[in-house]
Amino acid sequence: MTEHPITDAPPTRESLRDWLNAPVAKSPGQARAQSIWRAAKRLGGNYAAMAGLFILIVLVGAAAFAPWLAPYGPFEQDLNRRLLPPSADHWFGTDQLGRDIYSRVLHGASITLRIALLAAAIAGPIGLLVGATAGYLGGWVDTVAMRVVDVFLAFPALILALAFVAALGAGINNAVIAIALASWPPIARLARAETLSVRKSDYIAAARLTGAGPLRIIVRHIMPICIPSVVIRVTLNMAGIILTAAGLGFLGLGAQPPMPEWGAMLATGREFMLTHWWLATMPGIAILTVSLAFNLLGDGLRDALDPRHG
Amino acid sequence: MTGARSGDIALELRNLDVTFGDGDSSVRAVADVSLQVRRGTSFGLIGESGSGKSTVLRAIAGLNGNYGGTILLDGAEIPMPRPKSFFSRVQMVFQDPYGSLHPRKMVRAVLMEPLQIHGIGDRDRRIAEALQAVGLTPDFAYRYPHQLSGGQRQRVAIARCLVLEPELLLLDEPTSALDVSVQAGVLNLLDALRRERGLTYVMVSHDLRVVAHMCDRIAVMTEGRMVEELDADAIYEDRCEDPYTRALLHSSKGYQRKDTPDAAE
Amino acid sequence: MAERLSVKNLRVSYPAPAGGWNEVLRGVSFDLGRERLAIVGESGSGKSTTGRAIMRLLPDQARVSSDRMSFGDVDLMKASERRMRSIRGGRIAMVLQDARYSLNPLHRVRRQIAEACRLHARMSRAEAHDRALDLLEQVRIRNPRRVMDLYPHELSGGMGQRVMIAMMLAAEPELVIADEPTSALDVTVRGQILDILNERVEAQGAALIFISHDLPLVADFCDRVLVMYAGRVVEEIAARDLEHARHPYTRALLGSLPPTDRRVDKLVVPERDPAWLDGPLP
Repeated sequence: MTEHPITDAPPTRESLRDWLNAPVAKSPGQARAQSIWRAAKRLGGNYAAMAGLFILIVLVGAAAFAPWLAPYGPFEQDLNRRLLPPSADHWFGTDQLGRDIYSRVLHGASITLRIALLAAAIAGPIGLLVGATAGYLGGWVDTVAMRVVDVFLAFPALILALAFVAALGAGINNAVIAIALASWPPIARLARAETLSVRKSDYIAAARLTGAGPLRIIVRHIMPICIPSVVIRVTLNMAGIILTAAGLGFLGLGAQPPMPEWGAMLATGREFMLTHWWLATMPGIAILTVSLAFNLLGDGLRDALDPRHG
Repeated sequence: MTGARSGDIALELRNLDVTFGDGDSSVRAVADVSLQVRRGTSFGLIGESGSGKSTVLRAIAGLNGNYGGTILLDGAEIPMPRPKSFFSRVQMVFQDPYGSLHPRKMVRAVLMEPLQIHGIGDRDRRIAEALQAVGLTPDFAYRYPHQLSGGQRQRVAIARCLVLEPELLLLDEPTSALDVSVQAGVLNLLDALRRERGLTYVMVSHDLRVVAHMCDRIAVMTEGRMVEELDADAIYEDRCEDPYTRALLHSSKGYQRKDTPDAAE
Repeated sequence: MAERLSVKNLRVSYPAPAGGWNEVLRGVSFDLGRERLAIVGESGSGKSTTGRAIMRLLPDQARVSSDRMSFGDVDLMKASERRMRSIRGGRIAMVLQDARYSLNPLHRVRRQIAEACRLHARMSRAEAHDRALDLLEQVRIRNPRRVMDLYPHELSGGMGQRVMIAMMLAAEPELVIADEPTSALDVTVRGQILDILNERVEAQGAALIFISHDLPLVADFCDRVLVMYAGRVVEEIAARDLEHARHPYTRALLGSLPPTDRRVDKLVVPERDPAWLDGPLP
């Protein structure tokens, strides 16, 4: 055995690297930190994923610092400067009310992010719980849960979200709820499929033989197996969620004017599409870029979190 | 069995029957198996794939709930579903060490869980002791399964059984996925543990060498039936009655090449 | 004995995850005549890699080098991929551990054997069909017409190996590489499959490389044994002399097996000597 100068806590910056790369962990914390570190290193080696992550960090920065970054206020109208093309003064041009589109896109980032993250935070856990429970318990629980999922999947997400918003009333919070309700079923399907592939495995049998009950097995043993693929799926779904949110905004059922939500901006820009292209194009590019970033990151996570690498 | 007082019998199966599926497509995996395992001894079940030997083990553990017949532990029938107290007396080691440890759980968490479920205290000491008993150093507690070799994984699986201090271990081909040199270490470990702790083993294997080495009594199974029960010595000395047992023994002991005359090119 | 295959100083390495190269074969050399040669070792010893390197079936990222690797008049290191394709399954055939994974799951046995026949000899569909039946009879399948209509997943382990051997025979190869052909089989079936393999290899006058982890088996079945450890051949010995092996690793492997004729108190666990990694070879 070689001697490694390892202590429980990483005291200095230099030894942090040694601590993370040590061949043998000396404490539970170190073992967990090492396993996260290895996944992070794998993710770091994936340039596409890092590009996605970079875009998302920029987006978060833009959302957080929009009031300082934006040259104009999001609602600031100047009817003398209507429908100006992109220029040094107005990078993305101005809209039909003379508002600076660049400033509106920056302010819109936080709205889009909030919708996407909230919807994912609601849909992910619901899908995971329903899928893992149905898959593990089987029998009538499985049948009932999966028929409900089938009903939800029978409608396109946007139509379903439309129906919910129509029932709940237009508005941004209702849009979040509607999108979440429309996006948990595919996650439940995925979690169930993953559960079915492990429920007969020896380590689940071994857990039953320690006397663990179904709740413990679902939460402690099955869910950790499903979480990576659910996280990946949710990340990939994020693009769809953003597009659904934009679609609801576009149809006038999400964020209401004059809120600078990208979909709503796109909807207003539509009228001017042929004469003043930048009104629709700029928020459109923003939606595209963020969707792409989430997809790139999701693909990278799939490689980094693959359970076969641990 | 002759001369065995009932108090000596750790485990008894009476007319065990397991059928999978129902109607026309049902398969009788285990048919009318009865046996007695004396306390502190090791009982081997040998057979080829599909003989029902593993199914017997899973029925005892309660992993197959639908069985007919009676399973008695210390003379008392064990109810189905198995109560929690059953698992602190009976534990099982699985065949594939790559499949029997949760891929995302640290060894420490694997060993901790049975203690939590059964409300046993002084956990860190017990974990360290269990690791030591299977010949691993304490720092193995902080490894994940993918950082372990096959033999180390199987030792961790054995340690998981030992933390609950059971009386009876069910061993399902515990070394068939391991290299022979690693197998030797694991078999020595199991043998030593049984002697030191007075454990009772029921071991399933397709490998005659392993079963003969590990067990005192051996039952031969084929097509769900038990065809013969014999002493390990009978295997070493080639004493058996049943034609299937004879064939199994013969082919397990080596291959006799039938030299065919050189065919013309 | 005429040399069929000659391998000198074969080295194979893979890129290591941490950078650099992992050498999995470190200078393997042997010659093969018309005989049954066993390559034995534990997992990771490089025995399967050796077989695959001869067939040039290693993944692209593998780095392969050798002083010589020739099969008859063919230089296996330099032969074009096109040439290798005609050699694989033609002059060199391979039998793998589980037929159910090596056969195409979508096609019936009939089609797969007939295709193998037509690939290596010009014959009509009807001739290929008859030849396939003939081959299945040669591997002692009692009801070849029924087996011809089965899909691979419907075959038992032993039946699958017979079909694999029949397919391999179709091309009348000069060398057969069998990689753990009986490890997935029950012991009572194992003997039959070995009988068939032996009989067919002898009848066709082919050489056999038998890759296995089972020392007692190869001692009975083969003529000569190469024992591999950590990517090197540490011992080469006549099969009948295996009990008197000289290398401590071979002896330790034999000693670690529970005996079939007497009870021992404790099994011998091989102590791995670092000297075996780089020490002098026999």
